Amino acid sequence: MIPEIGHFALILALMVALVQGSVPIIGAAQGRTAWMDVARPAALLQLALVTIAFLALTWAFVVSDFTVLNVVQNSHTAKPLLYKISGVWGNHEGSMVLWVLILAAFGAAVAVFGGNLPPPLRARVLSVQAWIAIGFLAFSLLTSNPFERIFPAPLNGRDLNPLLQDPGLAFHPPMLYAGYVGFSMAFSFAIAALIEGRVDPAWARWVRPWTLVAWCFLTAGITLGSWWAYYELGWGGWWFWDPVENASFMPWLMGTALLHSAIVVEKRDALKAWTILLAILTFSLSLIGTFIVRSGLLTSVHAFATDPERGLFILLLLCVTIGGSLILFAIRAPAVQAGGLFAPVSREGALVLNNLLLVVACGTVFLGTLYPLFLEAATGDKISVGPPFYNKTFVPIMVPLIAVMAIGPFLAWKRADLAGVLGRLKLAFAAAVLAALGAVALEGGPVLAVLAMGLAAWLIVGTLAEWADRIKLFRAPLGDSLRRARGLPRSAHGMTLAHAGLAVAMAGMTAAASWKVESVQVMQLGDSVEMAGYTYRLDRVDQVQGPNYTSDIAQVTISRGDRHVARLTPEKRLYPVQQMPTTEAGIHTTGLADLYVVIGDPDEAGGWTVRIFHEPLVPWIWAGVLMMVLGGIVSLSDRRFRLGAPARRAKAPAGATVAQT
Amino acid sequence: MTRKRRRLYMVLAAMSILAGAAALVLGALQSELTYFYSPTDLAAGSAPAGRSIRLGGLVEEGSVERLDDGVTTSFRVTDLTSSVPVTYRGLLPDLFREGQGVVTEGSLSADGAFVAREVLAKHDENYMPREVTDALKKSGQWRDPTEATE
Amino acid sequence: MTTGMVIGRRLAYLAPLAIFGILAVYFAWGLNPDRDPRALPSVMIDQPVPEFALPPIAGMDGPGLSAADLRTGEVTLVNFFASWCVPCRLEHRVLIELATQDKVRLFGINYKNKPEEARAWLAELGNPYGRIGADTTGRVGIDWGVYGLPETFIIDRSGRIRYRRAGQIDQQTLNETIRPLIRELSQ
Repeated sequence: MIPEIGHFALILALMVALVQGSVPIIGAAQGRTAWMDVARPAALLQLALVTIAFLALTWAFVVSDFTVLNVVQNSHTAKPLLYKISGVWGNHEGSMVLWVLILAAFGAAVAVFGGNLPPPLRARVLSVQAWIAIGFLAFSLLTSNPFERIFPAPLNGRDLNPLLQDPGLAFHPPMLYAGYVGFSMAFSFAIAALIEGRVDPAWARWVRPWTLVAWCFLTAGITLGSWWAYYELGWGGWWFWDPVENASFMPWLMGTALLHSAIVVEKRDALKAWTILLAILTFSLSLIGTFIVRSGLLTSVHAFATDPERGLFILLLLCVTIGGSLILFAIRAPAVQAGGLFAPVSREGALVLNNLLLVVACGTVFLGTLYPLFLEAATGDKISVGPPFYNKTFVPIMVPLIAVMAIGPFLAWKRADLAGVLGRLKLAFAAAVLAALGAVALEGGPVLAVLAMGLAAWLIVGTLAEWADRIKLFRAPLGDSLRRARGLPRSAHGMTLAHAGLAVAMAGMTAAASWKVESVQVMQLGDSVEMAGYTYRLDRVDQVQGPNYTSDIAQVTISRGDRHVARLTPEKRLYPVQQMPTTEAGIHTTGLADLYVVIGDPDEAGGWTVRIFHEPLVPWIWAGVLMMVLGGIVSLSDRRFRLGAPARRAKAPAGATVAQT
Repeated sequence: MTRKRRRLYMVLAAMSILAGAAALVLGALQSELTYFYSPTDLAAGSAPAGRSIRLGGLVEEGSVERLDDGVTTSFRVTDLTSSVPVTYRGLLPDLFREGQGVVTEGSLSADGAFVAREVLAKHDENYMPREVTDALKKSGQWRDPTEATE
Repeated sequence: MTTGMVIGRRLAYLAPLAIFGILAVYFAWGLNPDRDPRALPSVMIDQPVPEFALPPIAGMDGPGLSAADLRTGEVTLVNFFASWCVPCRLEHRVLIELATQDKVRLFGINYKNKPEEARAWLAELGNPYGRIGADTTGRVGIDWGVYGLPETFIIDRSGRIRYRRAGQIDQQTLNETIRPLIRELSQ
């Protein structure tokens, strides 16, 4: 019965979305207040209905209702409760319900917190939001009904793919979707602005916090996925430039550009058409990301169930959404008034450069991701584009971006004095040289890695110098500086934190990519291996029975000289229902490096294959990203964005802490 | 600064960044693509030695052997027409099995053996990677039967 | 501003749309079902089954399997399986259900498998097959165009292949495709 209630709620939600998508926008066009007022209750009702559907599906998973096909295919009675719940979105059908739920939640947020929006804008935004909901609800109901029944019911389910039974991955999809779907807000505002033909600073003040919320979620979501790959796949890597990874990274790059260009609209009333285009493109890339992952269009190491019929539906959805919005853009955008003037060397100029570099970088990722498809269509050749391609294209484009990132915040609006700013960056320059020399002394190369370490130092010192400059640190009495720091807008602190976080993460990425040490060997019990100053001893291997798997757990003792450092327990698990083995790496972090051990198969002589990685500065990647997300949250708490800030504050930190658990 | 001048500067900046990026991309497309080969392609000698390529097919039954050093594995990858010997030093992925599809990345050594740097297995346990499927289709093995029965 | 410049600006605003248009064409091409490994059109469809004669699995009682067994005027499911194939293990439950509940005639071809392993596997999971042929060399598999396991074929009463499933039979395929087709062919 409960699954039918869920199914019915989903159908009702579609009906409500149809009303919400038509009545308010017609009301806005004809100036009928009563019609426009339909939008708010409709958005709330839609959220309530989709929540009912989501809870119904969750209930079916929790009680293992094997009359529901989706539960059969993705759950099992022996599965721990957490993974029964995460099983809801660990599959295509359920993840679409989560997608729609988050979409409805964002719509409801506009309804609740949008009290001071001009009513026609609010009505139009909510209608556009409903159009997206119509598309995805129809997709869910027509091609991937999560509540489909199966009779007779099997005794037990097929279990969730064991690789997905992991706390990191349990929360990865909700975060990622919150990011993807969050960009729909910027999209809806952009479409509404195009329909109205008016973009003003008030518009940007609304778009920016929503984009920032989405950006924080997406950043945390991508990192969570990367972190999962790092410890669960046992390959010692954290980013593989795989199409599925790129699919989430492209909206991030574009969204980051949007975040910065919206500042220019807000402060200087310039770059308006460009910002609208970025809002459209960011959400379009989120949709294309969903499409690539679910249609089997590209070969990826992460496989999802593919179905050409679904692919066709999503392609249709893409054409209507992206094609429609770009047509609207081509017709209406030329009418958008151009804004304030500025010199090339100015804060605006730096932000334009930031935008150009981010968009071009996103373009290279896009090309690399889709090139196999283009080439196959043209010549039939099968290729894959791997890390070397991105190292030669994406990375060099990031170099000037980072270089300018330290300078930009120093520049004045409209017209700035570059020589004066560079003079204030002497300290950062010295730090960069020092860091580069340090890298040469410690590791000796390669050139790009040395350069990147120098840039990371340049960025962090430059960013902190700008902050110190603002509060006159060391140039005024300390109490005076503290007073100034308190007086500084929260968004300024947020920017400092986020930019510094990128510098920290960048140092981590560079070191991990360039100076990782790895060794594979067969070890007998009691054998020791030395690597990067640490001694690894294999003490014992035990067979252990888990709730729905059996496991070989090794005990590896790490010491440095005479000092005991850590005991790691890497595992190799076998999930009998799916006959699938998985690897659980043992990781000890020293703050400066991760010591990473993976155990393989035993040989006839009783030895075990053991793979050991020394991963320098990898913890910095996670710490840096956490700083970036925190920076976003601090910025959100700014007084300028006080609308709805309490609700966002309550939501966002939860995501941030998850990223590090 | 007039509006026109400003636009000129912005267009120039955009153009130079685009040109730079295009040069990088074209350069990388020349040298950094990893082409996909089937065992039959390799047997026919159409793959260059030394260059990084991908080889896909089925792991031949009974061909997996661990060498004496304990960490190098040798096996044969087949598309049911030809098979190519492969050596790989390292831990094999969890889903690596005889008779199952596999994609390996590495290069051809001078003696015709394939030295894999990476062995990729899909997370999907239900079936084999598409590249493997295509390799087998391309080897023509599954088209033979119609001719054979006529 | 000259008209040329106005048109130029208009075109610039159209550029994103044009790029997306080209992209959409590629996406549509990419969805072409021939590229999908799960929905393989087989050149064997509507062809008579290839000639073959296979012995039973060594050490097992019962007859082997030959092409003549598929031309006896009964609808038959032919399933290629092996003990080393993980999805076959998952599929086995479905096959047993088909053989016991639906009373479908089900024959198996044991593909490139060691006899003792195949025997142990059948002993563990149950044997739903009326007849089993042992294709130890994989030669018959080549004739049938098998390129991976499991694969399942439906043979009509006149001994022609009417359907091919590459990969595991899931509940959906079973209910929406295989069962209706067997009903239809049996009439």
